[in-house]
Amino acid sequence: TNSPPHDSIKSKTLEHGFPHQPSALGYSPSLQLLAIGTRSGAIKLYGAPGVEFMGLHDENAAVTQVHFLPHQVELVTLLDDNSLHMWTLKAHKGLSELLEIGRFTLTGPPGAPPSVTRVTAVLAHSSGELLLLGTEGGHVFIVEVPGFRELEERNISLDQVASSVPDDYIGRRNLEHVETLQENPVDPNQVVIGYGRGLMVIWNLEKQQAIQHIPATQQLESMWWTEDGGHLLSSHSDGSYCRWMAGGEDMNEEEEEKSDIPYGHFPCKAISKIIQLPTEKGPPFLLFSGGMPRASYGDRHCITVIHSKTHVALDFTSRIIDFFAIRDPSALVVLVEEELVVIDLQTEGWPVIQTPYLVPLHSSAITCSHHVSAIPLKLWERVLAAGDLQSKHYSKEPWPITGGQNLAPDPPQRDLLLTGHEDGTVRFWDASGVCLCPMYKLSTSGVFHTDADPNDNMNQGTEGEWPPFRKVGCFDPYSDDPRLGVQKIHLCKYSGYLAVAGTAGQILMLELNDEAAEHTVEAKVVDLLQGQEGFRWKGHTQLDVREEPVLFPPGFQPFTLVQCQPPAVVTALTLHSEWKLVAFGTSHGFGLYDYQQWNNVLVKCTLNPSDQLAMEGPLSRVKSIKKSLRQSFRRIRRSRVSLRKHHVNNAAELAEMELAPVQRKIEARSSDDSFTGLVRTIYFADTFLSDSSHNTPSLWAGTNGGCVFAYMLRLPAAERRTDELVTAQPAKEIQLMHRAPVVGIVVLDGHGAPLPEPLEVAHDLARSPDMQGSHHLVVISEEQFKVFTLPKVSAKMKLKLTAVDGSRVRRVGVAWFGSSRSEDYGESGLVVLTNQGDVHVVSLPTVKMQVHYPCVRREDVSGIASCVFTKHGQGFYLISPSEFERFSLSARYLVEPRCLVEVPFRTGSATQRRPQPDGVSSAHRYKSFCVSVFYSDLKPTISSKSAARRVMEHALLNDESEYRETEL
Amino acid sequence: MNKSHRVPSNRSLSAVEVKSKFGAEFRRFSLDRSKPGRFDEFYGLLQHVHRIPNVDLLVGYADVHGDLLPINNDDNYHKAISTASPLLRLFLQRKEEADYTFGTNSLTRKKNTVLSAVLLRPDANRKKPPVLISLPRDFRPVSSIIDVDILPETHRRVRLYKHGQEKPLGFYIRDGSSVRVTPQGLEKVPGIFISRMVPGGLAESTGLLAVNDEVLEVNGIEVAGKSLDQVTDMMIANSHNLIITVKPANQRNNVVRTGGGGGGGGGTASGSSGRSSDSGASYYGYSALSGVGAAASAPSHIIQNFPAGELESDEDDEDLVIEVGGEAEPIRRTLSNYSMPSLPRYEPHLNLRAASALSINANGLLPASGSSGSLSNAIAPSTTPPPDRATKRRSLEEEGTVITL
Repeated sequence: TNSPPHDSIKSKTLEHGFPHQPSALGYSPSLQLLAIGTRSGAIKLYGAPGVEFMGLHDENAAVTQVHFLPHQVELVTLLDDNSLHMWTLKAHKGLSELLEIGRFTLTGPPGAPPSVTRVTAVLAHSSGELLLLGTEGGHVFIVEVPGFRELEERNISLDQVASSVPDDYIGRRNLEHVETLQENPVDPNQVVIGYGRGLMVIWNLEKQQAIQHIPATQQLESMWWTEDGGHLLSSHSDGSYCRWMAGGEDMNEEEEEKSDIPYGHFPCKAISKIIQLPTEKGPPFLLFSGGMPRASYGDRHCITVIHSKTHVALDFTSRIIDFFAIRDPSALVVLVEEELVVIDLQTEGWPVIQTPYLVPLHSSAITCSHHVSAIPLKLWERVLAAGDLQSKHYSKEPWPITGGQNLAPDPPQRDLLLTGHEDGTVRFWDASGVCLCPMYKLSTSGVFHTDADPNDNMNQGTEGEWPPFRKVGCFDPYSDDPRLGVQKIHLCKYSGYLAVAGTAGQILMLELNDEAAEHTVEAKVVDLLQGQEGFRWKGHTQLDVREEPVLFPPGFQPFTLVQCQPPAVVTALTLHSEWKLVAFGTSHGFGLYDYQQWNNVLVKCTLNPSDQLAMEGPLSRVKSIKKSLRQSFRRIRRSRVSLRKHHVNNAAELAEMELAPVQRKIEARSSDDSFTGLVRTIYFADTFLSDSSHNTPSLWAGTNGGCVFAYMLRLPAAERRTDELVTAQPAKEIQLMHRAPVVGIVVLDGHGAPLPEPLEVAHDLARSPDMQGSHHLVVISEEQFKVFTLPKVSAKMKLKLTAVDGSRVRRVGVAWFGSSRSEDYGESGLVVLTNQGDVHVVSLPTVKMQVHYPCVRREDVSGIASCVFTKHGQGFYLISPSEFERFSLSARYLVEPRCLVEVPFRTGSATQRRPQPDGVSSAHRYKSFCVSVFYSDLKPTISSKSAARRVMEHALLNDESEYRETEL
Repeated sequence: MNKSHRVPSNRSLSAVEVKSKFGAEFRRFSLDRSKPGRFDEFYGLLQHVHRIPNVDLLVGYADVHGDLLPINNDDNYHKAISTASPLLRLFLQRKEEADYTFGTNSLTRKKNTVLSAVLLRPDANRKKPPVLISLPRDFRPVSSIIDVDILPETHRRVRLYKHGQEKPLGFYIRDGSSVRVTPQGLEKVPGIFISRMVPGGLAESTGLLAVNDEVLEVNGIEVAGKSLDQVTDMMIANSHNLIITVKPANQRNNVVRTGGGGGGGGGTASGSSGRSSDSGASYYGYSALSGVGAAASAPSHIIQNFPAGELESDEDDEDLVIEVGGEAEPIRRTLSNYSMPSLPRYEPHLNLRAASALSINANGLLPASGSSGSLSNAIAPSTTPPPDRATKRRSLEEEGTVITL
């Protein structure tokens, strides 16, 4: 079958977050690397923070098992199409990369049913040279690796085993499939074969004969050979586990030492996996998954940990894929469907260790994102400090998975990615380097009354409860109130002001405070309808604000709130921290709010009276888009599955399916389309709006109907800023004839450079804009880029996109591309993502198409919608609800993993651990790699090391100057 | 100039007596039946003799059946001349005041003329419902076939005029696959096809597009390799002036380049004119009819329902900027005229008049006061058209062919 087109921008560098639909987990104690396989055929390896590798199988099939070859740098994967794949971590010029080096599918004798060779169990033998493959038919095939050479003479056929099964064993007629294969930890010649029916056979590989039969009668789920080789543990489908003595030559049935149904009395679910972890002194840990009473707790996803008298049932947030234990230090690593949880078994109370990677970005669904480049150190530290207070419950132990060496240099600057979530939280992520690390979490729900019971989470862990549950993990997709959802975020990195806007028309202004504070947040209601008649809002009601004082922890604290009426979703938001103004738009209009005086300056209704949908607004557009995105996501997933099935079953049917007619209506856009009044973009500029000699502050808003409104703002002098009112006067209105939605507005200064951000010049971090030459207005619609002169708005240049290639602008950003030849020189350009998933770079001020790359699959609507661009030509988009892909158009700013994994010394199973220099904080140390190529040849090539170092030095120098400049 | 070519007024069989009525006034003059000249010249003559040089006219005549029929191009002009026996009765109206309806029985219904009472049998009259002929101004620019000379005969490039109409473009496209001939043999490739026509929509009314036609290009850009949604967006973005190149599913109506069609155009024009060309003849032959049949019988050169030139301006440029407090002004990069001229088809007359003015000036008969109004002073007592076409225009220019009341 064809693999999905993996069109990739050349500099697609990294995936952040948690893999979507993980399906397999593997671990190499010798390499100290973790491997995760996914249902889409990806394989991801993680070691020490910053050490990560990714591979993708050509087949679009789920990875069902991952096994590292002991003491090797190879690993083998089994896919659900029954193919086996050999991967290796090959070092090349001092850096390791993950490469597929072989593939193999078992072939049975001619005429044999497929079940004979359908692999159900894999054992990578400790010799590193053999692979034992148990099949559905009950056979065990032995294959030499890494070359995948079948050793037919050593195969263990079902007949060989069945012939020696005791006559009185009730299941001897049908042993069923091979459920599991385990090697004796002290004798590599012995393996135990566990059959589905329950029988376990210890087999001597050298003598090719059965040594011992363990006649369990319950359906087998898993087996574990204790470290001393003396005992075997088996777990079964009835929720029981048994301990058996191993090594007795005789086939005595009464070797069962202990059998137990831990949550018994009533019928229990299967124990799917059991392991025993010895400790240096004292009793071992017993860990098993499942086994819960079927009726009362059958829906829980639990791993039970028993250590001497302590017994805890860890209650996870989603289905358990697999787990393993690390011996030194003792830690339990659990992969559940939506997150990776690592539990510190050394520390009292078994706290969770915060993961430096694989963070569940989607612990509540991501509703928007916002990227801020080059954060001043001061703000960075304050956010970190606020975040540290929130992570006190985490274990102090260092991250236990430490394989590989991270060779990437430190990132050139501090970048922040903010994600808004459905539950009203805003999460701050350190996006400077390879690891996307959680820094701080802000919750906006405290300002409002919600239906949620604050004591909801308090009544767990009641004394004497059985099983003794303990909730672990942070994945929590259930939102208390969808109106809390965050839709737009704007952070001013210089002033620390943050604006957060949400689904119910709420705009919260927050500022950073290092101390906790208690106060009420006053709400200002803004009527965007402005007396428009015939309106009936049928959507949700606005949020109720708490009237009593609320205690806000250190961090970002809300101080004023605007509530739009009708309470439709906020679709545009911008903040000007120098003018202390925030502007916002919904599907009904836009407003301007003075957050210094807590006064609303301007309201403009953009509603078209004929627009019934917007008038009634039962579902806001954004909401409906979101809904349809979800549906299409499901559809894509479903179609992938069905596609595969169909391909196996009936190729002709598939062909027919593809020909199912899809029709598109060809009709010109008319002015009474729906949601023409929806405000898509809003922008502040200090420019020449009315005459060419005096620049004034101005506000610009663009709508879905191709209309741009411009207002002239009058700000009182600084010393009277608190007393005199800010005023806004309408100045211009532009109706684009092609009526396409306006998605971006930018004003260029006399040099053709975009105007700097507020306070950027005040902090000496940007050249002040050229106010001599004439300014230009760039209006970016979904279909065209147009340049107008200012103050007389006359068309100067344009670039048509849709009329020429049928693509439409979905996301747009302004980026600065640095030159490699001259450190000071760079050019600004527009970075555009189209609905076809292509990234275009458009030059400024002459709107000319520079380059374009395929980036996102065009079918991936939510991926395209989620894209954010950084100011330095990088970008992020969601490749699944839980993962960001990172890409770079700029040669100068590129973040990608650079790491080395070496072949371990074969000195036994206990490998020496690499010393960890600085504990947990290593998780917060990142690396990135810069290459220096000027952007006009935009093809990012990796330059020589020396060049990279030179740029690095420069970047670091920049950084230092920034430290100096940004003390607030 | 060339006065020697003037034929003296002489009523003979070869002359057609013309009685032209404009308002309450009549003018009489005669034309040479064998050399009627061109319609634009005739039109100029009428303005001239009635002394209404700047008035846009609708010209109608009473045919032998008593029907009031239009004269607005060479063909129907020639027809009118050739059928006049011997009197040609003309009815002139100001365009803006026109109240006659052209068509069969039109004159009869209007006023019960002797003509119709004599010539038409009452029962035949009852059976046939009158056929109405619309005036050109009742037509909107709808569509045209362009670039016939440069396209393969199996393809058709159709331009749809959307602007200024309430009619929707009105068609649907779909995915499909088509078979291409490649050096490797036949190959199945994905394609875009017209899947449905909206009844009453522009696309349907042109008769130039049909269900299952394969769309090859949109405004000059190939659609090969583009998705259905991309092509949709391209078409919508170009909807104000949509040019689509199709491979018609029905290949029997293709334009045949050699040999010419049977219509009014004449095959010799084939391939001669580019996309901008138009002629009264072709639109006459076409616009009164519609549908595939019309396409089949259409002349082989440019088939265009309306002149194209005036729509070339890019309307995208005309974003509306409202200076608050001031009034709306369209933004224009060029001086191109955006609104459609009300009577584009009479443009040739303007040329003619300009030429006349020039000649008159050269003869010293008139001061050079511009083309407009100049003819009103230049009436000369000539009754017959000049013997040959080449000189006819000049004689017109100089004296006209004027009669008294």
